[in-house]
Amino acid sequence: MLEQLDAVFLARVQFAFTVSFHFVFPAFSIGLASYLMVLEGLWLKTGRGIYANLYRYWLKIFAVGFGMGVVSGVVLSYQFGTNWSAFSTKAGPIVGPLMGYEVITAFFLEAGFLGVMLFGISKVGKRLHFFATCMVALGTFVSAFWILSVNSWMQTPAGHEINAQGQFIVGSSWWDVIFNPSFPYRLVHTVTAAYLTTAFAVGGVGAWHLLRDRNNVGARKMFSMAMWMAVIVTPVQIIAGDLHGLNTLEHQPVKVLAMEGDYDPSPDGAELILFGLPDDEAAKVHYKVAIPKLGSLVLKHDPNAPLPGLTDYPREEWPPVAVVFWSFRIMVAIGFAMLALGVWSLIARRRQRLFESRPLHRAAVLMGPAGFVAVIAGWITTEVGRQPYTVYGLLRTAESASPLDAPAVATSLIAFIVVYSAVFGMGVYYLLRMMAQPPHRGETEPPNVPLHAAGITPASSIEAAWSKEGDTHGKH
Amino acid sequence: MGSIDLSLAWAAIICFAIFAYVVMDGFDLGVGILSPVLEPGKERDQAINSIAPFWDGNETWLVMGGGGLLAVFPLAYSIILPATYPLMIAMLLGLVFRGAAFEFRWRDPAHQPLWDLVITVGSTVAALAQGITIGAILQGIEVENNAYAGGWLDWLSPFSILTGIAVVIGYALLGATWLIRKTEGGCQRHAHRLAYWLGIATVLALVAVSAATPFLYTDYWHRWFEMPQVLWTAQVPLMVAICTGFFFWSLKRGHELLPFLMALALFLLGFIGLCISIYPNMVPPSISLWEAAAPRDSQLFLLVGAVFIIPVILGYTGWAYWVFRGKVGTEGYH
Repeated sequence: MLEQLDAVFLARVQFAFTVSFHFVFPAFSIGLASYLMVLEGLWLKTGRGIYANLYRYWLKIFAVGFGMGVVSGVVLSYQFGTNWSAFSTKAGPIVGPLMGYEVITAFFLEAGFLGVMLFGISKVGKRLHFFATCMVALGTFVSAFWILSVNSWMQTPAGHEINAQGQFIVGSSWWDVIFNPSFPYRLVHTVTAAYLTTAFAVGGVGAWHLLRDRNNVGARKMFSMAMWMAVIVTPVQIIAGDLHGLNTLEHQPVKVLAMEGDYDPSPDGAELILFGLPDDEAAKVHYKVAIPKLGSLVLKHDPNAPLPGLTDYPREEWPPVAVVFWSFRIMVAIGFAMLALGVWSLIARRRQRLFESRPLHRAAVLMGPAGFVAVIAGWITTEVGRQPYTVYGLLRTAESASPLDAPAVATSLIAFIVVYSAVFGMGVYYLLRMMAQPPHRGETEPPNVPLHAAGITPASSIEAAWSKEGDTHGKH
Repeated sequence: MGSIDLSLAWAAIICFAIFAYVVMDGFDLGVGILSPVLEPGKERDQAINSIAPFWDGNETWLVMGGGGLLAVFPLAYSIILPATYPLMIAMLLGLVFRGAAFEFRWRDPAHQPLWDLVITVGSTVAALAQGITIGAILQGIEVENNAYAGGWLDWLSPFSILTGIAVVIGYALLGATWLIRKTEGGCQRHAHRLAYWLGIATVLALVAVSAATPFLYTDYWHRWFEMPQVLWTAQVPLMVAICTGFFFWSLKRGHELLPFLMALALFLLGFIGLCISIYPNMVPPSISLWEAAAPRDSQLFLLVGAVFIIPVILGYTGWAYWVFRGKVGTEGYH
């Protein structure tokens, strides 16, 4: 075990650790920014104070989540150089410009308008403020566009050539690089996952407060909106996931076989393994529970279609099967649990019991963090499944690392773990504390608390601005 | 575009991004560095309020500098970052701590002194790491086969420590002069006194770094002291003297904006001096900016976007600053 603790392994652990921590926050901000945009849009359209209340409620949470996303994201943009300098030299000419576009089209947009969004309502008026909210939401989406393009290129590289220095350079066109074969699927699957993550978080918070006071208007509204999202978006996500899987089978068959746990080839149709313990040494899954033919039905949409097995590929091409196998199952299980909750809510809604059914609310609270778990599990599936490559099939992870000694990487890894645990532990604590506050009960005006925090925005002038607008609209 | 030297154009853009970062994040890091000498309560709240709407956007320029370097000078990026590894890690962790603490200090009044301390430590560590990195680059990086070939503490030297301290002092000066502009009453008077002493310290630090630099490499010596280019390079110290004069004059006369602008001018001159020393290298002493450059297609692809988008960014960034113009006051923006 100890001989595995070399610099490359430690660098991988460090990247996995920092990227997983980071990924939670953008997944939340993408969905939350759009939710805020919808809330403020509804407020402007209807003039109903309840939307303003909810906007302010979630804006405070957004501010903390976004701040943590930013600081953990800055780390990543430098980690390519600190720990993966060989990768940076070789793949920099391709991934660098794409990430450069992320910075200039998305980061600046988000960061530039965030100040106005958080503190500017009394300064710029509601229409310009709504514009700022839209720009922040657009920024989160554009950011996802570029970063998933980079990630997809590393999964299914296309449009490039390799020059004399061993660098990846653009070949046919940048268009082929950006819109590489897995990009559209990955983009839809990931952005939808972000929306679902937010929907279930919002729904969980709404349900939590409904359990305490089922007449709370704000809690009712957020729970209802979240459950509509669950009903409509979860099936879309399951279909998107299926299409993404077919695409992965075409371009990264080894990854899919690891996800399925298919060590042996199945010439007359593959079974679908529900559970079991994959064992790379023995090249088989112990104690497996499987359904015949279903694997081929899912992957090929034909129960008798033949499927290769991992043993058809060289051993050194395999990713760590058990990790991918299990993370994939966790993601899929959560996806179906989300669907079930959505259907349940629909039935309750039909029976006019959406705000009364306590078992439904308890289940929704339980499912509140499910999106985050699913997102991380999905991320692990796709990233670990890409191993042993950084650029799939072309550049091995072992050839990508910086010329650093293990102690240097180990020290920084420990520092990251300590600092992240402290900072993000506090962050999650504050987020939960804010979510534990019940949304303002009345439907008339925004609550009489400062928008961001004591002192940052003059509570008086902000209240004045919001109340005045609430009044004029409330009379329509 | 065939005749344009893309590498040179990109070097200019990266320089612009780095300087934009210093201009913008410098003052908010400076406010963080100064926060313990400001009185807890009103003074400190005012100071933190004055940077609250901006720090996030400011920090984006750091991502632009790093991301841009990876995109258009991948070789420089993949040599400098491993060479300054502990510094980069320290800087990033400092920024993580500090950025999170901005949010937390408002959420948790009971522990505000703790979060203020975190802001100060984070800001100081980040500034120090950036300053030492400049010194480490200036004093040269050992390269073999296009990869970093030194140890993991090569960056540490008396000279790099000097540049580190110089940047901390300089950022503190930017922070103090920013507070003169943005605050009033006790906080402003306090910042005014600080700016005077920090102004003296900054000029001394600038002189010390300038005096030490030519002794690092004979190249630097020739660049600065040989005819005829000395006629050009001598303009830099001359301008420093003029700006210093204006700085103290404006401070004494009670100007509110001019001290900040003069402090920025000193930074700009220091930065120009740095560029004069290093040019045309990207990684002294061996890798020139052309050698470090990405293939032409990569440079061109991003340049097309940058040329159109960076002015837009500057536009809405300027707008955001304009929205929050004027004094921050004790409560917030009025």
